[in-house]
Amino acid sequence: MAETLDLSMFVERGDAGAAHMTLAVDGVACAGCIRKIEGGLTKLPGVIDARLNFTQRRLAVDWRDDKIDAASIIQTLEGMGYHAHPFAPERVDADESAQARWLLKCLAVAGFAAMNVMLLSVSVWAGNVSDMTQETRDLFHWLSALIALPAAAYAGQPFFQSAWRALRARQLNMDVPISLGVTLALALSLYETATHAVHAYFDSAIMLLFFLLCGRYLDLAMRRKTRLFAGNLASLKAEFAHRIDTSGELVQVPTAALRPGDRVLVRPGERVPADGTVISGTSDIDESLVTGETLPRAIVAGTTIYAGSINVSGALTMRVAAAGAGTLVDEVERLLEKAITTKSKTVRLADRVSRLYAPVVHATAALTAIGWLAAGASVHDAIVIAIAVLIITCPCAIALAIPAVQVVAAGSLFRGGVILNGGDAIERLAEADTVVFDKTGTLTLPNPRVDEAADIDPELLERAARLALSSRHPLAAALARKAHGRSPYPGAVEEPGQGVRALIDGAEARLGSAEFCGLAGNEPASALRDGDTSFITFTHAGKSATIAIRQSLRPGAVPVTKALRERGLRLMVLSGDRAAAVAPVAAALGISDWRAGVTPAEKIAVIERLQSQGWRVLMVGDGLNDAPALAAADVSLSPIAAAHLTQAHADAVFLGEHLEPVLRAVVVARRARALMKQNLGLAAIYNALAVPLAIAGVVTPLIAAVAMSGSSLLVTLNALRARLVAPETIRGRNWSVGEPDSAPAPSLAASHRPGLEAKENPPHDQRPQLSESLHA
Amino acid sequence: MNVLIYLVPMALLLGLIGLVAFMWSLKSGQYDDLDGAAVRILPDDDIED
Repeated sequence: MAETLDLSMFVERGDAGAAHMTLAVDGVACAGCIRKIEGGLTKLPGVIDARLNFTQRRLAVDWRDDKIDAASIIQTLEGMGYHAHPFAPERVDADESAQARWLLKCLAVAGFAAMNVMLLSVSVWAGNVSDMTQETRDLFHWLSALIALPAAAYAGQPFFQSAWRALRARQLNMDVPISLGVTLALALSLYETATHAVHAYFDSAIMLLFFLLCGRYLDLAMRRKTRLFAGNLASLKAEFAHRIDTSGELVQVPTAALRPGDRVLVRPGERVPADGTVISGTSDIDESLVTGETLPRAIVAGTTIYAGSINVSGALTMRVAAAGAGTLVDEVERLLEKAITTKSKTVRLADRVSRLYAPVVHATAALTAIGWLAAGASVHDAIVIAIAVLIITCPCAIALAIPAVQVVAAGSLFRGGVILNGGDAIERLAEADTVVFDKTGTLTLPNPRVDEAADIDPELLERAARLALSSRHPLAAALARKAHGRSPYPGAVEEPGQGVRALIDGAEARLGSAEFCGLAGNEPASALRDGDTSFITFTHAGKSATIAIRQSLRPGAVPVTKALRERGLRLMVLSGDRAAAVAPVAAALGISDWRAGVTPAEKIAVIERLQSQGWRVLMVGDGLNDAPALAAADVSLSPIAAAHLTQAHADAVFLGEHLEPVLRAVVVARRARALMKQNLGLAAIYNALAVPLAIAGVVTPLIAAVAMSGSSLLVTLNALRARLVAPETIRGRNWSVGEPDSAPAPSLAASHRPGLEAKENPPHDQRPQLSESLHA
Repeated sequence: MNVLIYLVPMALLLGLIGLVAFMWSLKSGQYDDLDGAAVRILPDDDIED
């Protein structure tokens, strides 16, 4: 291609022509790949260093700008068989890795301090029942204080800061009782040490911090891992646009580099890279990703077109525009803003528990002190016992109960191809009792499929598919999937807007519109019957065939919707498409509750009405028109092929073509919620056993340590059960995402020939990589 | 019990060394690519043949 590729937006410049770039790389599977990539790149003249991070599947390259450029580095990688795309690091990424480092440092300090304090404490416990002198015990207590106080001051920061923020906002969170418990335990121990007492709780305080930091770190690590993966996917999916420079030259730039006012060429078969107005050219535009409408719209100069729609027939020149008032994008953004601000704040389980927990614990401690005073104990004894109550109820198990399950469940979903945007989405998923589906791209596949293949001579169909490889038309792309990896015919010529022709075995073959093939007026009657089907005609050596291309259901749509209904969920379809296109889909899935031609505002209205009736709504959608509805719903899912804005507002994104991750998300979330409640129950039982001992004043540091670590371990082990999901969710279906979807896609007409269905995996499929990165 | 005079400082010192070693390994980026470290030892390209 004569066009130049401009990647300057991703390159960081150093001094004296030094340049640096980070790339997301796909297809890295083993040690050989690392060697091949690093070795191959460092051999290039001008490349100073190339280092591949195998965990993140990201490659950092340093080079001298005068010798080589970014585009040729990517080209070299493509030549080696690795798809790579520059990665623009986000602010969130940097913040999170800094936070992860900080938590890990706190964890290390707490861990080493806990080990050393425990060493001293065990000696004291052993000495208390043998012959330890008071002087030695005091020495050991002072040494413990020397280790524990600075360590707690450092490692406790995440909790102290969070508790302080909550208190300043006049709220209570779990970190308030934690901070209070730790501080009081340390203060009491210091006082007891100074007064030569037998018991000190330095070990309890520092161990508590260690356990809690473990939970925090794991939680953050899981979130980082999913975000990292999502970031790579987004980078690798990024598309390029052909910008027309002022000199009239074509420059290929990443779509993210487009600015309002830029002129862009959109060729037939390409995606529109940005919102804007058409300057010249006529074409039809498939806006199914934007509005859900499956029939292409005719475009002339002056029409507004939206990012994500597909240019079907003619080349267009457009001018990129910021979303102007009155456009669809503008309306979607306005609705989004409203939906986000009015979004009903569901109170998280952990917050609900901590709101109840803190007052109860503090009241119990106060009552204990008063009780002992009333019973004639000294002020010192009463306060010591009250503080022991606070220490023993310090919510170690409760604070671990929910994050531990979230981490395990999020990992399980990740392996199942569901990438969560936030941990609390699991709770909201579990509570959903209504599922609202979008149709186009959600219940149906984003790209149309060849239908009724059985009626056509397979040999003819195969020839048509091979010829279709030479066309950029979206309908031809659907047909080309049936070529089963065969090469295109040499010398095929595409006539834009009409079709392709080539010489096959000495006879001319034509693929395209009926007029192009000389068969005008010969279209089948079914074209009138169903507005959702497009036809493509093929003629070769006197034989001809009319191939129907239509939207087909996602694989698994029928069993998944059935299984969801069996689990007591109410199903509904809200589509922006015509009734004629929505009705057959709803009928095929047995969903009686459907509405067609719904605008983004109406989608929100329907969801809000459902919510006001007390339903918890799970919205599944992919189009730009679904974004406000996704934000308004209690919880939302969107497929990986969804519009960018839409994905950003979904609570989770699912990979692959199968609809099954939707069911899996619900099943895993419900199980996780049950486990969270179980864990809270376990923590409550622990408190019910330990608190009476503390109130009675018989809790020693040894009992506190055993009880605390025992309950934390129990809760964590119970959380691990979230990995085990009932295998019979869909019978006969393998759960692995790493496996390609070999199951044929059931078309709406339910007529397909097994064996003719093409596998839908592009050469660089992300899914095997997902399973690998998890096995590692 | 006089043995404590050097046993206790020794224990504290060992703990401190462990902590410092961990902090150093964290700072030098040894936890940045855990999976990579596992596979990078496999190729024998450093052996001359």
